[in-house]
Amino acid sequence: MKSTIVVEINNVSKSFRQLKALKQVSFAVEEGELFGVIGPDGAGKTTLFRLINTLLIPDEGTLSVLGYDTVNEYKQIRPLLGYMPGKFSLYQDLTVEENLQFFASVFGTSVASNYELIKPIYHQLEPFKNRLSGALSGGMKQKLALSCALIHKPKLLLLDEPTTGVDAVSRKEFWDMLKMLKQEGISIIVSTPYMDEANLCDRVALIQKGSILQIDTPTSVVNGFTKPLLGVKASNTYQLLKALKSFPGSDSVHPFGEYVHYTEKDGEPDPKVLQDYLEQQGLQNVQIKLMDPAIEDRFMDLMHTAEEV
Amino acid sequence: MPEYAIQTENLTRKFGDFIAVDHISFEVQKGEIFGFLGANGAGKTTAMKMLTGLLTPTSGKALVTGRDVYTEAEFIKKQIGYMSQKFSLYDDLTPRENIRFYGGIYGISEEYLSQKIDEVLEGTGLKDQGDKLVQALPLGWKQKLAFSIAILHNPKIVFLDEPTGGVDPVTRRAFWEQIYEVAEQGITVFVTTHYMDEAEYCDRLSIMVDGRMDAIGSPEDLKHEFSASSVEEIFIKLARSAKRGDG
Repeated sequence: MKSTIVVEINNVSKSFRQLKALKQVSFAVEEGELFGVIGPDGAGKTTLFRLINTLLIPDEGTLSVLGYDTVNEYKQIRPLLGYMPGKFSLYQDLTVEENLQFFASVFGTSVASNYELIKPIYHQLEPFKNRLSGALSGGMKQKLALSCALIHKPKLLLLDEPTTGVDAVSRKEFWDMLKMLKQEGISIIVSTPYMDEANLCDRVALIQKGSILQIDTPTSVVNGFTKPLLGVKASNTYQLLKALKSFPGSDSVHPFGEYVHYTEKDGEPDPKVLQDYLEQQGLQNVQIKLMDPAIEDRFMDLMHTAEEV
Repeated sequence: MPEYAIQTENLTRKFGDFIAVDHISFEVQKGEIFGFLGANGAGKTTAMKMLTGLLTPTSGKALVTGRDVYTEAEFIKKQIGYMSQKFSLYDDLTPRENIRFYGGIYGISEEYLSQKIDEVLEGTGLKDQGDKLVQALPLGWKQKLAFSIAILHNPKIVFLDEPTGGVDPVTRRAFWEQIYEVAEQGITVFVTTHYMDEAEYCDRLSIMVDGRMDAIGSPEDLKHEFSASSVEEIFIKLARSAKRGDG
């Protein structure tokens, strides 16, 4: 089957006064793809979404969405998009049901005609359909916003940080919903500051300070991390961090959950030498093991390289 | 006898029929890094408001720095620091002005404050940026500054409410090093986060479910207790057992 491009971005730059929000960004998203834009606050994620959804015009470069140009043909694009902004943007003084009806009518459709698509998400909200949307909890607001973005059965769904500030369980549920929508054939571009969510995407773009660091499948991104990586653990993490940083040859030292991830400047670290050194430094219960890198290791690695250039 | 930074017994808060916090009893030791976890809607914010003297409990006991939250809330407020994800710095003031402003609020003497300002600017690496507007600073520096301001008045406890939301992975880790440093100085750190790897950095942590505290202990002990390989696994196990959902 031949793949079709749903979003094509060519050399796009966008500045706000002196701030260069995006610098010569290029990439393409294929039909049916679940594409992740991964990066911290201030990386340019929201600007990128607003360029794709035709709310902003690029300073340089071109964007084509579903075959239309975002500047000259925005009217054709808008009915085909579902957009969920990072900030909750539904009408807080309308009820759950009223919000949904409103968005359906704006797109010239009805809740009934597209109910099947949103049913798995919306049915959890139905017991609260007469509640004002402003009175919903975070997780429920998120489900309603997604339902409203889907009610006109868009071809492309743009989700700007849907899981920020959401707890680990609700985040998992949300990603399950995205998987289901993907199976319905909807192309999805989703941004997140949580690196672990990158693994749930088909492909990801890592973005930092307005530039794309890398675009690839999550596995290939991780494979880009080639240095031998050690995980080190001891009774006192703070002392451990200080000791590792002062060890000759030490390169990166990053706390990573239970273990501290450690690499050396040249080649392979010797766990035995390191163990002896740490014990000499007075650290107790030192444990060292070889670790598999995570996507966050690679992101930090790329950030570091980008800063050196 | 150990002295506690925080001590609660059956601490409860109701809103009408809704029991937001349901008889929680726990202690936080002095100088500890204590992680306060829970799903959205589990009651974390309500509990934190009671512990910071902003909300009166419905029933139960709570001592913060040995003071009673019912009768000595104003005293408690002077003994604690607070920082949230929206770190309330004034964007249109310089770092120096921000420090001076908060120093004034905490009633720090002029003489001591001048010295403190230099100390903070030095410590955060903002010495050369001290007279630029805060809005021009990168997020990581703002965060460092906000944390330094939260402990400007040498509080006994600092409450950090999702301090690392949205920041890049390097900055997030640098922030934790700052947390370790502060704990080393003897300040008790009470921190909430949605990053499960960060839960592993805490000396002890608790997990709230439906207003109750369903787990408390060191990450290691909890993993043993719940036969799980990570805090995330425990969290998901417990949060899935929640009855009240987050509506």
